[in-house]
Amino acid sequence: MGYKTIIEDDIDVLVVGAGLGGTGAAFEARYWGQNKKIVIAEKANIDRSGAVAQGLYAINCYMGTRFGENNPEDHVRYARIDLMGMVREDLAFDMARHVDSSVHLFEEWGLPIMRNKKTGTYQREGRWQIMIHGESYKPIVAEAAKKSADKVYNRICVTHLLLDEAKENRIAGAVGFNVRTGNYHVFKSKTVICGAGGASNIFKPRSVGEGAGRVWYAPWSSGSAYGLMIDAGAKMTQMENRIVLARFKDGYGPVGAYFLHLKTYTQNGLGEEYESKWFPELQKMVGKEYLDPELAHRTHRPIPTCLRNHALINEVNAGRGPIHMVTMEAFKDPHLEEIGWHNFLGMTVGQAVLWAATNVDPKYENPELTTSEPYVMGSHATGCGGWASGPEDLSPPEYFWGYNRMMTVEGLFGAGDAVGCTPHAFSSGSFTEGRLAAKAACKYIDDGKANGIVVSDKQINDLKEKIYKPLETYRIYSNEVVAGSVNPNFINPRQGLDRLQKLMDEYCGGFGVNYMTNGNLLKIGMKKLNWLVEDFEKIAAQDIHELLRAWELYHRIRTSECVFQHTLFREETRWPGYYYRGDFMKLDDKNWHCLTVSRRDRKTGEYTMEKAPLYHLVEDKDETAKAS
Amino acid sequence: MPTFVYMTRCDGCGQCVDICPSDIMHIDKSLRRAYNIEPNMCWECYSCVKACPHDAIDVRGYADFAPLGHSVRVKRDEKKGIIAWRIKFRNGKKDMELVAPITTKPWGTAFPKLAEEPAPSKQMRDSQLLFKEPKYIRLDDGDLRSLKTAGLKLKEGVYY
Repeated sequence: MGYKTIIEDDIDVLVVGAGLGGTGAAFEARYWGQNKKIVIAEKANIDRSGAVAQGLYAINCYMGTRFGENNPEDHVRYARIDLMGMVREDLAFDMARHVDSSVHLFEEWGLPIMRNKKTGTYQREGRWQIMIHGESYKPIVAEAAKKSADKVYNRICVTHLLLDEAKENRIAGAVGFNVRTGNYHVFKSKTVICGAGGASNIFKPRSVGEGAGRVWYAPWSSGSAYGLMIDAGAKMTQMENRIVLARFKDGYGPVGAYFLHLKTYTQNGLGEEYESKWFPELQKMVGKEYLDPELAHRTHRPIPTCLRNHALINEVNAGRGPIHMVTMEAFKDPHLEEIGWHNFLGMTVGQAVLWAATNVDPKYENPELTTSEPYVMGSHATGCGGWASGPEDLSPPEYFWGYNRMMTVEGLFGAGDAVGCTPHAFSSGSFTEGRLAAKAACKYIDDGKANGIVVSDKQINDLKEKIYKPLETYRIYSNEVVAGSVNPNFINPRQGLDRLQKLMDEYCGGFGVNYMTNGNLLKIGMKKLNWLVEDFEKIAAQDIHELLRAWELYHRIRTSECVFQHTLFREETRWPGYYYRGDFMKLDDKNWHCLTVSRRDRKTGEYTMEKAPLYHLVEDKDETAKAS
Repeated sequence: MPTFVYMTRCDGCGQCVDICPSDIMHIDKSLRRAYNIEPNMCWECYSCVKACPHDAIDVRGYADFAPLGHSVRVKRDEKKGIIAWRIKFRNGKKDMELVAPITTKPWGTAFPKLAEEPAPSKQMRDSQLLFKEPKYIRLDDGDLRSLKTAGLKLKEGVYY
């Protein structure tokens, strides 16, 4: 192996993964640590990386306190009901009280935010969403991060976090390799802010063959935030809470602007409204506290996303598909028609391509909707992620251990998808979380918590050997066969990914089984996944690009392992429409009104599961008040 | 929609290789031009299409569900601060042009250098405030919201 080892030493704040969370962290860290060394390690190019690489047409988390619209506690109540109660309200409140200031910075930096011409306020799409021309959202925030960082390392696939050898359970940096040069990069750092993103492509996607990249969340979202943190021994939370999206079929184009702004609605294949007829039975499963259509109608309390999925899935299973989005009315207005198309071009160009290919003009036909394969992430209508400390002025003792957004590994912070139990952060909230983590990380260093970190050459060299092993495996065994990808000694990363997706789909509640699983299935799935973990030791990469795919697969496998553990642990069906535990088909507040927390032992690989208490803001009041 | 590269337009400059978030635009070593090495990991994000200085990259909808004969082209101009799209349907019945702004400021000019800002005071460090807060939260003199000022507290259990 002719690859060089490049060591970047004495880093104060290392940002691993610079999507919206990571760019927020790098930007803000400079303010609180003006003399600190801030370094970004990013798998792609920070100008177009992360989930927002393609752009966005809306910012889905903006309070508008400035315009008298919402307060942070309103956001908490909204996120709470949408997630069937399972939210860290301290983290959600904290994010929500700061998020507007991030959006105001974006506007100052040149992000075009639409205005309501009558009122002068930001143009609302819905109660929480504002509309933007966000094609360059990512390059704009990246520019701000670049101004703050001492160094930006693009094209570094970070594979492992480094741990301190002087003090147990303390972070010491990260390692990875450059996906172009192949060189080994070592980042020795006092703190790490993990913004490495959630996971697509864990469950088998509906698309096949060439279209397998047409997933809802970006295909480069490899669950690395989870893989890295789990490996480091950080506690994880709510990893069972995968999300399923109701989207335009095949292209997975966004529906938010359609529902909220264009006022389109859904109907079944017979042209009937179908949602409400599933609600009485569903109410028996989840209880009136979580589904009260009458209250929802009277007030602005939303019907939880998963429950609306449930109605869609069941209507299709009843043979009355497909589900259509009724666009023909709204699209008569040329202005709204244009918005409909801009909405795709701004964030899911592929849907526009598909409609162009299939002659779908929503003015004359109502496009099909479908439910996607599940995704494991923590910033949309779901809250998978790391178990992080809240801020000191809000959090109860069980949620607080010294530094905001710090994980249970000292010096390891998170932002965006990395932080669990903070759904509905979206782009702006993730950026804000990055800022919060950065301030806390600087304080952690200033408090002397990162003194005396020791990283031995052995730790660095052992990881180096591990990282390049797939290349070695290929070199040794590939010539044993004449040609082709079939080899008795190894599998390649794509073969491993296919196996992972198939078993996640069939045993962990993918679309192929209508999101259904149970204890028996989960246990079989875990056994099969464990064989994949073993086979990963024999993964082969023929070049550096495949080595990247191999380590992405590794992070996806770690994530999946954790998803299995959590799904098995929570013996109830908390989110019908996201997944079902067939052996526990009801929501069970008596036993499961709590958060699930896991920890993987670094030495044995064994998981320990525990329940963490759920704290709520006292009242549920304002919903009626807001409706008037 | 996997991207593809027109042989006669590409000069192998590598802008697409630099920007692709999925690391799938690579230079073919013998032809010295770019191509998509892994179409099933392409998100059709158009980052490479927008970055190509020669309009050499285009997209052909995924073979597993998109019929041939369509076109979605784009031109992104940082100097003018706009992006222009053209969508053509397979049946030729629709040919749309759409333009949107991408920034409100001259590109790359409106970013603060936080290293040069006055250093935050100890009081601010000990508070919950971030850069430019509380001013930037509400753009008035209002302070950061807390449970206390909102008259709320966190309570354990199921009761809402």
